[in-house]
Amino acid sequence: MANHETMTINMGPQHPSTHGVLQLVLELDGEIVRKATPHIGFLHRGVEKLAEHRTYHQVLPLTDRLDYLAPMHNNLGYVLAVEKLLGITDEIPERAQVVRVLLAELTRLKSHLVWLACHALDIGAMTVFIYAFREREHIMNIYEKVSGARMTSNYFRVGGLSADLPEGLDKEIRDFIDTMPGHLDTYEGLLTGNKIWQKRIQNVGVISAEDAIDLGVTGPSLRGSGVDWDLRRDQPYSGYENYDFEVVVEEGCDTWARYVARLREMRESCKIIHQALDKLKPGPVLADAPKIVLPSKQDTVNTIEGLIHHFKIISEGFKPDAGEVYVGVENPKGEVGFYLVSDGSPRPHRMKIRPASFINLQALPKMCEGSMIADVVAVIGTLDIVLGEIDR
Amino acid sequence: MSVQATVDKLKAKFGETVLEVIEFRGETTVVVKKEEIVAVCTFLKEDVGFNFLTDLCGVDYMGQAPRFMVVYQLYNIGTHTRLRVKAPVEESDTTIDTVSGVWATANWLERECWDLMGITFNNHPDPRRILLPADWEGHPLRKDYPVQGPDREPYQGRLQ
Repeated sequence: MANHETMTINMGPQHPSTHGVLQLVLELDGEIVRKATPHIGFLHRGVEKLAEHRTYHQVLPLTDRLDYLAPMHNNLGYVLAVEKLLGITDEIPERAQVVRVLLAELTRLKSHLVWLACHALDIGAMTVFIYAFREREHIMNIYEKVSGARMTSNYFRVGGLSADLPEGLDKEIRDFIDTMPGHLDTYEGLLTGNKIWQKRIQNVGVISAEDAIDLGVTGPSLRGSGVDWDLRRDQPYSGYENYDFEVVVEEGCDTWARYVARLREMRESCKIIHQALDKLKPGPVLADAPKIVLPSKQDTVNTIEGLIHHFKIISEGFKPDAGEVYVGVENPKGEVGFYLVSDGSPRPHRMKIRPASFINLQALPKMCEGSMIADVVAVIGTLDIVLGEIDR
Repeated sequence: MSVQATVDKLKAKFGETVLEVIEFRGETTVVVKKEEIVAVCTFLKEDVGFNFLTDLCGVDYMGQAPRFMVVYQLYNIGTHTRLRVKAPVEESDTTIDTVSGVWATANWLERECWDLMGITFNNHPDPRRILLPADWEGHPLRKDYPVQGPDREPYQGRLQ
């Protein structure tokens, strides 16, 4: 007589596809997953609590440690929220806006390259991993040149940027972006027509548009289920309304659709970067708001007003009006939002981060229950999770 | 439907349940009584089109009454509008009904709110801690919870 008992096993946190700290408790009927329960919280650093004890400027370095594969996007979301709280959204100089878009899209490429590399490696395709990391290295070098750091870049500031782009970097970015479509062709050449790849991701991790919306899924994971929604177009920030790009939507609802969506999205990012480079004109990179942005070194040393402003901002910070704002930005993983409550003091009364990965991961049981255990690996990869953002 | 039209409909339907409407930096916040939160959310989703719960969290206003606010960030994918709904929760009764039946995404968000802020969600299908271990004591995002953690002296740096 056949035995129909189920077996409960732990997948992760040591499993290579669970990215270090994710633990899944799987109830298996043979190789079929009957129930999946994600356990998270192994990293929790209390970022939101720490933010309540720092000035608005001092919170910024906490944000790029959330999604460490897309640090500039997190910085961007935070500074946009603070700028909205201060009411200086319209005062950000044109050049700073363009550079923000430029680096945000480079970051999207960087993040998607890691997704592609790891997703393919999880499923067994190693060559793509090495190629994608090779291209990512170029973007890391650009990061290093603009911010001085490769991972925890800290380049965006409330009011603009910490410094202008280094001389000649725009040409370097253009040279790199010119080669990127060719690299994308290579990745697609290795994977898209590959029968093993197709069999591993087609009709795997299916989630309908209704379920995805109900579960709060955002970003390419949602657009892979046919929902035409992108914050860059629908609630534009940093001047995204001035760029010509297509919001990539795929109808398949499966891992394949999300794979195609992200690859097409990378091509769109290249288009946006080209346009941003064309728009790059000389000009200031910080708003004319002396009580919020630090004065130049020359003013600090030579003028009493500069010295006072520098001292006040460093020692005390600035005090936004009491109120609350929410700003969401379209990160590579989905919508990352910052909800800031100000009580009129120099520190946020409350900062709540809306993490894309945390909420997308909630859809994992829905996507993999009823399918094979090997498909769980593909589903984790297709959600493109970063545990630092999940746990905060 | 514009946000103003939504607020008008909400007021017409729920009357005194709507305690306050706040405008700040172009964002609209509606404060409603916590007893009606499920009815308000169901109405906003099904009749007004706020089909997406972007985020949910608690805010601690220690020293004020009511002490807590549960905050719901809503989004309408059709019209691309946002609305914030808040429900006051007293310190003496830190409970509110779950909206996980309205938006499934509230499940984890409410677990997080319970874990970090100590607000209990009535009828929640899975009321467990999510970011902290099950045996953790206290709720770290409350204002009276020390930033360095319980039973630890604040870091004194190199001054001592």
